[in-house]
Amino acid sequence: MNREEKETRFIERIKAGMKIEATDWMPDTYRKLLLKLIHMHGISEIMGALPEKEWVPKAPTLKRKLAIMAKVQDEMGHGQLLLRVAEDLAEPFGRTREDLVADVIHGRVKFHNVFHMEAPTWADAGVIGWLVDGAAIINQAALLHTSYGPYARVLKRICAEESFHMQHGESIILALAGGTDAQRKMLQDSLNRWWESLLFFFGPMEVTESAQQMIDYGIRTKTNEELRQQFFSKYVPRIRSLGLTIPDPNLSYNETTKRWSWTLPDWEKFRKIVRDNQGPKSQERLNLRRFAHEEQAWVREAMIRSRLKGSVVV
Amino acid sequence: MNQLSRGMDISDPIYQKALKDLLFQLADDELCIGHRDSEWLGLAPDIEEDVAFSSIAQDEVGHATFYYERLAEIGEQDSDTLAFGRGSHERRNACLTERENGDWAYSIVRHFFYDTFDALRLEALAKSSYPPLAEGVAKIQREERYHLLHMHLWFVRLCLAGGEARKRMETAIWKVWPDISGLFSWGAWEEELLQRQVIHTSSLVLQQQWEERIRPVFAEAGIEWIEAMPEPVKKGRLGDHFPELNHLLGELSSVYALDPAARW
Repeated sequence: MNREEKETRFIERIKAGMKIEATDWMPDTYRKLLLKLIHMHGISEIMGALPEKEWVPKAPTLKRKLAIMAKVQDEMGHGQLLLRVAEDLAEPFGRTREDLVADVIHGRVKFHNVFHMEAPTWADAGVIGWLVDGAAIINQAALLHTSYGPYARVLKRICAEESFHMQHGESIILALAGGTDAQRKMLQDSLNRWWESLLFFFGPMEVTESAQQMIDYGIRTKTNEELRQQFFSKYVPRIRSLGLTIPDPNLSYNETTKRWSWTLPDWEKFRKIVRDNQGPKSQERLNLRRFAHEEQAWVREAMIRSRLKGSVVV
Repeated sequence: MNQLSRGMDISDPIYQKALKDLLFQLADDELCIGHRDSEWLGLAPDIEEDVAFSSIAQDEVGHATFYYERLAEIGEQDSDTLAFGRGSHERRNACLTERENGDWAYSIVRHFFYDTFDALRLEALAKSSYPPLAEGVAKIQREERYHLLHMHLWFVRLCLAGGEARKRMETAIWKVWPDISGLFSWGAWEEELLQRQVIHTSSLVLQQQWEERIRPVFAEAGIEWIEAMPEPVKKGRLGDHFPELNHLLGELSSVYALDPAARW
């Protein structure tokens, strides 16, 4: 079978709803698109642990402390699962886990805009769980039908855990919304801080070339704007029911078109944050990752050496 | 169960005081070490270990919660107030658990030494005359067994790896060593606790047992045994602590302290 025939058969399999597996033949474009997507997803989970991690030592009750520890641990766990999937895809390119993790430190892979932002109060720990994870669930649930089998299976578990995170965030939010004036103000301020980032999180309105390719290959099935609309429909009523004000006076639902209209944030500002790592916390968090990965390379090297020596029986 | 037949008399004010002091030691130790463990979240040397270390942190804070709840049951305030609202002089943790994490070698050495001690302490409590304690300990022992296996593995392998790891482990052992003897103290009420069979092992015996367990691991790891074990500089079990505990508590309670009466 020549390359063209292979490619035709590949597309037929996808159209028939069959899953592609790690050991199957796949076009290079498919592999590269997938790898880029899953690599960024995995790294975003790992970088995403950092804003909330700031609140782990400060969680205000024993119950909250246990919950947020478990939540951040899940994010790291998702990062691990996704990087395992990415590792298999990266293998033909001669790239390893070490490379995939080091890429973020050297600016070779981007991570989601929301994880470049500040989380200065306890309310941010709640909003991240409730709305950032809420947005992530919408994104990830839409990927559950992706044509790549290993990704679909990992996403299934991730989505199940993310829904717990959403409930964890919601529980923090409900306590604050029903609390003192100071707690409610803390919550409103946090919503104001996160709103635009949440809109940007879903990506640009236009369907880019690579987004179209991903749709053609069945890697994704929905456009950015479809997902953003879904987010509005799910969360706007909930946010309003808590007595919170959404910081967009133009946000409204059109009964005839069944669509939400909203104010476009300064897209270029956010683009820069992600592309150039120029968000308020980008460098600080990259430094933490640098510490974890580069400054502790001695630990990983030592564990490989002592395994080779074979002197420890577990 | 006939509680009196096991030597328990909670209405005896001395029994109660001694028991509470012991529960504070247990709770404060586990809270401090669990808090320190959780500081590694997102920063461990590899992602698999990040996940593993967090499970350990959660177990430790879970155990602390168990002990604080037992205190609340016998007339102390609710568990959150006990965990978040007490000053450093009221804390009964051994100073080792309040120390900052340092590097990975320090964290592993500290944890391995602490877990070895904790396993022995739990054995000393397994037949406690206070049934809620004995029952809880049985469950906690199941979890701690895995922590100990995990830390033992790390300890030996990092020591045997040679090179930078070996150097860092040696430095960490010397740094941890002066804080070790502070672990074994049962605080101000040791005699009363022994008489009333709340505990079944003296601090002296506990220390001997610890040395018996650690010596062979030093041999396995090719580390020379350190003969002298100095008296602790600060007696954590009596409420005397290093400034590191103040920093820890400041961070731990920073949100809680905004409004201790609020529901968070």
